[in-house]
Amino acid sequence: MAGLAAKRARKQRAFRWTVLIVLGTFFLLPLAAMVEFSTRNSETWPLLVDWPQLSATYPDLANGIVSSLGQAALTSLLMLVLLVPTAIWVRLRLPKLRPLVEFLCLLPLTIPAIVLVVGLAPVYAWVNYLIGGSSLTLVFAYTILVLPYAYRAIDAGLSAIDVKTLAEAARSLGSGWMTVIWRVVLPNIRSAVLSAAFLTVALVLGEFTIASLLHRTNLQVAIDYLGKSSATMSVAVSLAALLLAFVLLIVLSLFGDRRTTAKEKS
Amino acid sequence: MAKRPRLRGAALLGTVPFFAYVAIFLIIPTLVVVIGAFASDDGGFTLSNVRSLGDAYIVEAFGRSIALSAMSALIGAALGAVLAYALVTARPDGILRRVVTSAAGVLAQFGGVTLAFAFLATIGLSGFLTLWLSDHGIDLYGNGVWLFELPGLTLVYTYFQIPLMVIVFLPALDGIRPQWREAAESLGSSTWQYWTRVAGPLLAPAFLGSALLLFANAFSAYATAAALVSQGSPIVPLQIRGALTSEVVLGQANLGKAMALGMVIVVAVVMTLYALLQKRTAKWLG
Repeated sequence: MAGLAAKRARKQRAFRWTVLIVLGTFFLLPLAAMVEFSTRNSETWPLLVDWPQLSATYPDLANGIVSSLGQAALTSLLMLVLLVPTAIWVRLRLPKLRPLVEFLCLLPLTIPAIVLVVGLAPVYAWVNYLIGGSSLTLVFAYTILVLPYAYRAIDAGLSAIDVKTLAEAARSLGSGWMTVIWRVVLPNIRSAVLSAAFLTVALVLGEFTIASLLHRTNLQVAIDYLGKSSATMSVAVSLAALLLAFVLLIVLSLFGDRRTTAKEKS
Repeated sequence: MAKRPRLRGAALLGTVPFFAYVAIFLIIPTLVVVIGAFASDDGGFTLSNVRSLGDAYIVEAFGRSIALSAMSALIGAALGAVLAYALVTARPDGILRRVVTSAAGVLAQFGGVTLAFAFLATIGLSGFLTLWLSDHGIDLYGNGVWLFELPGLTLVYTYFQIPLMVIVFLPALDGIRPQWREAAESLGSSTWQYWTRVAGPLLAPAFLGSALLLFANAFSAYATAAALVSQGSPIVPLQIRGALTSEVVLGQANLGKAMALGMVIVVAVVMTLYALLQKRTAKWLG
């Protein structure tokens, strides 16, 4: 029997490495090709890190980068303001509403962005009329887009702590509801809030559909536009954006790992 | 006691901002699509938009969208399942498994314009691989440039489908207990019998469910195709782009909404099946 097990382990190891090498090549090749392609012109990368020069040469790109950063920050903020108090409040006071809130938060998963944009067009006609056509107004739509991911992160954080007992303890010591949310529950779900914000930033930086079809700009729209005139530069910016998203999401996954291992230990 | 109902009313006030926001930016857009699909240009009720979905070019676009999603889902599901199985044979807390699952989590999110440019840099007309192959006498595009058509889109979509499969299928594979294989072997089964009679049927709902999720994922995708295909509108999301951006034909202002409704229906059917299969998976492998 032992011989059989050893034989199987050897077979599995060979199988494992064959699969990893073949698929690894498929996944790494486009990334390597981007490095090769973007270094064909030696001026590309130095220009990319020289902000004044970059915004003078490619004003649309600089505009897109600034817009995307603003959108990412504001979407995170709006998402947190909208979702965190509501999630806590519903858990504490209106548990019967929880299924409805959850349903609404997960609904955007089943509505493709291209469909949402069709319905958003008339809503944005009003947004244009009321507050103008700035690309920052996309934040309203993006908050809906990130709702499923942010909700799941925050809900998982709230499930891990005993919100009710914490709130009752604080209330019995005389604190108001605002204090309960802001100073008691929030610090306890800090890592969940952080991962929701990270996911939001990563998703917003990669968004293209809504921005391009509502005629606003962001990083992806700028890259797409740049691709029509300067292929090398657009591939370089793509690679840079990609690396940024990778770093964000890897930090996030390490963060998630640490949280679960901390929980297992306690 | 008399205070209670009033308090609950006050408690409801706390959720008003959330519900108001979701109503404006999620519910109204959804209703706009659903109602608009049945509205004529002057606002009356009509079935002409929905009837136009039967036009040959729209039927073809839906057909191509479904073919693209099905192909990329099948390839992604098969290769993703193989990769997931390879991970399961590694040590569960080992570095290999952690690195690959993290990478899969990142790559499953990788789509859109950047992915399109990654493939342009690889197998575009002046891409890295294209040039390298032509130096070695192989012409990647001897039979025409397929990158901007369905085969190319399928290849590009597989890039995010495989990692997604790894993420959604891995938990099911983890649910397979080694004892089952030992039990099967002690009763004299071969490896082939174990896979076809025990593990295969157990994993079938999970595999099918994951493949459906991949299908919905590809069916909803827009940005990658939009960045890659600039001429023509082979698939439904690009047809909707056309309906949104071009001058609308008289009487067809709401055609885009009808197509959008069609997409929602396809995704809803697929996701319902997915949820059903997911329940079965949880029962068998939970």
